Amino acid sequence: MNKTLYDKLWEMHAVNPDSDGETLLYIDRHFLHEVTSPQAFEGIEKKGLNPWRLDSNVATPDHNVSTQRGKMMDIDKADHSLSKIQLIELDKNCKKFGVTQYDINSEKQGIVHVIGPEQGLTLPGMTIVCGDSHTSTHGAFACLSMGIGTSEVEHVLATQCLRVRKLANMRINVIGTPKHWITPKDVILHIISKIGTAGGTGHAIEFAGEYIESLSMEGRMTICNMSIEAGAKVGMVAYDLITETYLKERIDENDPNMIEALNQWSQLHSDQGSEFDKEIVIDVTDLLPQVSWGTSPEMTIDFNDDIPKTPKTKKALEYMGLENEDNLLGVAFDKVFIGSCTNSRIEDLRATAAAIKGRQKAKNIKEVLVVPGSRAVQAQAEIEGLDKIFIEAGFSWRDPGCSMCLGMNEDKLTPYERCASTSNRNFEGRQGHLGRTHLVSPFVAGLIAIHGHLPKDLSEYHYER
Amino acid sequence: MKDKISGIAAQLLIDNIDTDQIIPTEFLKSIKKYGFGDYLFDGWRYLKDGDLDTPVEQRGIREDFILNQPPYNKAKILLAGDNFGCGSSREHAVWALRDFGIEAVLATSFGDIFYNNCFKNNVLAIKLKPEEFDKVSSFVSNDPFQLSISLANKQLEIGDQKIIFDIEDSLIQRVIHDLDDVDITLKDSEAIKAFEIKHLTSKPWL
Repeated sequence: MNKTLYDKLWEMHAVNPDSDGETLLYIDRHFLHEVTSPQAFEGIEKKGLNPWRLDSNVATPDHNVSTQRGKMMDIDKADHSLSKIQLIELDKNCKKFGVTQYDINSEKQGIVHVIGPEQGLTLPGMTIVCGDSHTSTHGAFACLSMGIGTSEVEHVLATQCLRVRKLANMRINVIGTPKHWITPKDVILHIISKIGTAGGTGHAIEFAGEYIESLSMEGRMTICNMSIEAGAKVGMVAYDLITETYLKERIDENDPNMIEALNQWSQLHSDQGSEFDKEIVIDVTDLLPQVSWGTSPEMTIDFNDDIPKTPKTKKALEYMGLENEDNLLGVAFDKVFIGSCTNSRIEDLRATAAAIKGRQKAKNIKEVLVVPGSRAVQAQAEIEGLDKIFIEAGFSWRDPGCSMCLGMNEDKLTPYERCASTSNRNFEGRQGHLGRTHLVSPFVAGLIAIHGHLPKDLSEYHYER
Repeated sequence: MKDKISGIAAQLLIDNIDTDQIIPTEFLKSIKKYGFGDYLFDGWRYLKDGDLDTPVEQRGIREDFILNQPPYNKAKILLAGDNFGCGSSREHAVWALRDFGIEAVLATSFGDIFYNNCFKNNVLAIKLKPEEFDKVSSFVSNDPFQLSISLANKQLEIGDQKIIFDIEDSLIQRVIHDLDDVDITLKDSEAIKAFEIKHLTSKPWL
């Protein structure tokens, strides 16, 4: 029987398939953060339980942390009393139960989906869960990873397992070689606009094809990260030489366990001839930079395309203040956000730096936030001098966290502000009450920052990924 | 034991309602599992935005929002558009529905994570075929009081009409008996331990 990658990962972790379709799936890695964990820790405490396998858990604060906290911060001085409570609670719970935490002042702190791979905590073949829907990111390493709710966080802490039903198999083959200014973000936005925000519901998506194979691990993470915006809680890419090279920088190749690991990981791909319940092909040869115009990630068009106007798009266009615009080219922006678990890795920051080419932030742009995904990304960017490029352009260079992706800290849009954002969701109010979000790549975000709007002609820009 | 859900049915027939709309991020700062009912659909329900520290009475009600209008402000059943609960994994979305008084949500499809979260909190999520959904919807438009859900029979009852819905036994049993997943799984502790030993031995790098 030819098996898909998802089938293989599932079988490797199924403890006991139940007759009613529910399976106990063993979990290898559990990431925790301050927002979806307090009720789960309280739950196991009430039941008198301890984490089943302590060393599978790693925690870090990311969702509500200040991005202007500096290198050392006293939690007690956190801005908002409610955010402070969650940071203190995470600290307290990690200490009480003995869970490893990369705390607010750790040099390993960062967005949970950035630090997992970076710190070698995300390894191929693992099942990985976290109380956050963008856990699909880790699938770039041929992992079965998915977001879970707080009750499931409690369940994983207590039992090391999830009670789940098997998903259907879906493969998206991405073919062609796009223009040099096209980034993985454009590709995933395009995929979502094609299949819709429910296109992958009930499925585990494997991204494959020559384009995906050509991508760095950072690019693959951006693609898998937004599987959930296509409805799929699981996104994956097969293990290959690029995965291996990335990992060899983080593991001891001479360790006999690791030799065995590398051997086993090489099997983490879908077998030739394995069958998928759904399979589609996306050709990116002529793809143009993508920009979202509405309040769902599927509401995305080519940067110079006409905005669709139908009775169904009316509500979103009113919210976005675009009822009287034919396209997005003349629309002025107020803010730019470069960050989030989708686009805050070193390659993303390099893309933005390449787009601005030493130019200044446009006059109509009130603020450009550049929020690195982790302390490690921040340090690397500073070694490369990217921080100076941003600061000289008038951007604000910040400390790592989720920041304006969800506006849970002080980084927010005010009502009706229009933002070009490298994050993953353009939902109503996502970046602040009545704020207007346009999802773009880090390269396009850089262009909007210096022009104040989308440039009409991209031919003068040369960005090599 | 719960065997019937009946009460006022409200309709919010917008597709792709995400969990950020069901409960905005601002209200995720609570470390409790209860008390989210006032913030259900917060952005659509009040004139001014708010936070956990601001009393909702000070924020002005949007009269045109269905859940602010009697009798729907006491709704127990919600009919929603396609792909309800997509987006963020926040279980607070289900807690907000539950705390408002919603015991069942009907839609043609749901976000996968949201759907799971419902059954961890005894909120019944029912997937209906489009033609069945339309039938229920038009009936409820005429009379919001007449819909009731018989759990053991997996049946929607509207007047003398009955519609069977499809749902896995393990899920509906959770709602009927208010079961706790951790308790259920810990009965299999020995099997998990045996699996774990084998798994970690064959993959020592874990």
